[in-house]
Amino acid sequence: MSASAMTVNKRAKGWPVSGWWSRNQRKVIPYIFLSPFLLSFLIFTVYPAGAAFFLSFQRVRGFYSPEEGGGVVLEYKGLDNYERLLTKDKRFRTAIINGAEFAAGTVLIQMPLALGVALLMNAPHVRFKTLARLAFFAPYITSAIVVAWIFTLVFDERYGLLNAVIGLFGLESIGWIKDKDFVMPALIILGLWTWVGYNSLFFLAGLQNVPDDLKEAARIDGAGTLRVFWHITIPFLRPVFVFVIITGLIGSFSLFTQPYLLFDSGAGPQDSGLFPLMYLFFMGFDNFRMGYASAIGYVLTVIILLVTGVQLLLFRFWKV
Amino acid sequence: MRKGKRGGPLAGSRPNLMFMNTAVLFGVLVSAIPFIYMITASFRQQGELYSLPVTIMPREWHGHNYVKLFNDTNFIIWYGNTIFTAGIRTVLGVYFAALAGAAFAKYEFRFKRFCFFLVLATLTLPFHVILIPLFLLMRDFGWIDTYWAVIIPGIVGAFNIFLMRQYIEAVPDELMDAARIDGASEIGIFHRIIIPLVRPALGVVAILTFVNTWNDFLWPLVVLHDDTKYLLSIGIATMDGPYDVEIGAIMAASFLSTLPILIVFVLMQRQIIAGLTQGAIRG
Repeated sequence: MSASAMTVNKRAKGWPVSGWWSRNQRKVIPYIFLSPFLLSFLIFTVYPAGAAFFLSFQRVRGFYSPEEGGGVVLEYKGLDNYERLLTKDKRFRTAIINGAEFAAGTVLIQMPLALGVALLMNAPHVRFKTLARLAFFAPYITSAIVVAWIFTLVFDERYGLLNAVIGLFGLESIGWIKDKDFVMPALIILGLWTWVGYNSLFFLAGLQNVPDDLKEAARIDGAGTLRVFWHITIPFLRPVFVFVIITGLIGSFSLFTQPYLLFDSGAGPQDSGLFPLMYLFFMGFDNFRMGYASAIGYVLTVIILLVTGVQLLLFRFWKV
Repeated sequence: MRKGKRGGPLAGSRPNLMFMNTAVLFGVLVSAIPFIYMITASFRQQGELYSLPVTIMPREWHGHNYVKLFNDTNFIIWYGNTIFTAGIRTVLGVYFAALAGAAFAKYEFRFKRFCFFLVLATLTLPFHVILIPLFLLMRDFGWIDTYWAVIIPGIVGAFNIFLMRQYIEAVPDELMDAARIDGASEIGIFHRIIIPLVRPALGVVAILTFVNTWNDFLWPLVVLHDDTKYLLSIGIATMDGPYDVEIGAIMAASFLSTLPILIVFVLMQRQIIAGLTQGAIRG
C-alpha cells in the first residue's frame, strides 16, 4: 500500500462525517437536488389540492384577519355544493357549454389550419419562411392582456378593423362582442389569431420527423401524393394530434384573460363569454363563495380528465 | 438532394408554388396587422381611432399618448416591478429545474420513478383546482401584495424539469466520472461540468419562464391589489379605470411591454421553438 493512500485513509478516519459524506454523496445528492421541487410540490400543490377538496364540502362564512392568525370560518355543508353545481346552476352549465363550443372551434378550425401552415412551412422553395415563422409565433408570446386590448379595437362595431374588412365585401357591420350570437365566433377568431401559428410549430416539428425514405419507397410502389400524405405523413403526426387536441381542450376550459378584459371584467352579453375558469374566479373572488368555487375546480378537473381520457382512447384505436 | 424537390404533398409545379407563396404572405399579413395597428394606434391623436374611414396608418403622428402614459400612470413602476419579479423567478426557477433535471438524468436513487411521476402529475394538474386554497395560503403567509406570492409558488416548473432532464441526459458520463476520480464533489460536478454543457438549454428554459411570468395575469391579479405593486399585465388591464386614459395610451403601454419579449424572440427563435416542441413530437 502506498503512502498517499494511507494518509487519505487516516484523514477519512479523523473526520467521520466527511468520510461518510465522500462515500455516500452520490446516493444522497439526488434528494438534495430534488428538494426544491419536492418542497414546493408539497407546499404549493399537494396541500392546496387537498385543501380545495376539503373546502369543496364547506361554506366559507368569513375570514379571519392576518392579525388574528388568518384562516377562514367554515360551515360543513356535505355534498350541497356539488349538488347545486350539477343540478341547479344554469350559469355553470352555460360556462361548460361555452368551453365546449370554443374547444370544438379549436379542434375543427384551428387544427386543420395549423397543419396547413406547417405543410406550407415544410414545402421546399416556399419563400418568406423566416419572416413567417416570426409572424406566426409572435401572437403566442404576446401577453393575453395586450392581445385582448388590440382586439377591442379589431372587434369595435363602428370603427373596428374587422368590420372595415368585411365591409369591403359589402357585408354589414357586426357587433362582435356586443351581440351574444357573435361572441363565440369573435373569441374563436381571436383564438385562431393567437394559436394557429403556435400549433403549427408542433406539426412542423412532426413533419420533419417523417422519414423521407419511407415516402420515397411508397412513391416507388406507385402511391400518389395524397395517398402518401394520408397513409404515411398523417400517422406519423399522431402524437402531435394528441398533444394539440389535449392542450387545446384544457386551454378552452381555462380561457380567462381575453374574455375577462374584452367583456370588462364581466361575462359578455347574457353570459355568452362566460368560461368555467372565469366562473370559478367570479364565485371565489367577487362573491367570496370559496367553498363553491373549490367544488367548481374539482368538477371541472373531472370533466377535463374524462374528455382527455376519451381522446386518448380514441387515439389508441387510430392505428394505421 | 432528396429533400429538395418533393418534400410535402403541396410541393410541385410553378403555379402551385406561387399559390403557396401568396398563402404564406397572406398569413404573415393577418398575423402582423393587429400588431401594426397597435403601434400606429399609439401614435394617433385622441378621437382619430374613433372616426371613419378606418385606416392602418395615422393621419398625423403624435407622441402625446406616450407623454400621458409616463406622466399620468405608474407605468414605469410596473415595468420595473415586472423586470424584478420575472428576473428573480427566472434565475431561481432555472437553477432549481436544472438541479432536479440532473437528479433524474444522472443519478440512481430509490423513488426515482415515483418522483418523476410526481413531476408529470403537476404537468397535468390544472391550476384552477388549487387557485382558491393557494390564495388563502398566501393570505395566511402574509404574502398578499408582496412579490413572494408571485415568485415562489410554482417556481420549480414541471415542464422545465422535463426539458432539463432531456438535455442533461446528453452530458457524457465519462466526463463526470473523470471529475470524480480527480476528487470533485457532486455539487462541483453539477456546477463545473453539467451547467456549462447545457447552457443553451438553460437559455431556452430561462426565456420560457421569463415570458410566462411577464405575461401572467390571473395569479398576479389575485395576489397583488396595490397599484404601486402591480405588474405590467394587471397595470395595463386596469389602465382605463383609475387613470381615465384613452385607448391610445393603452396601446402605447401594450407596445412598450411587448417590445422586449419580441426582441428576445427574434434573437433566439430557433432555440425557443426547438425547446417548446421537444416533448410533443415524441408523444
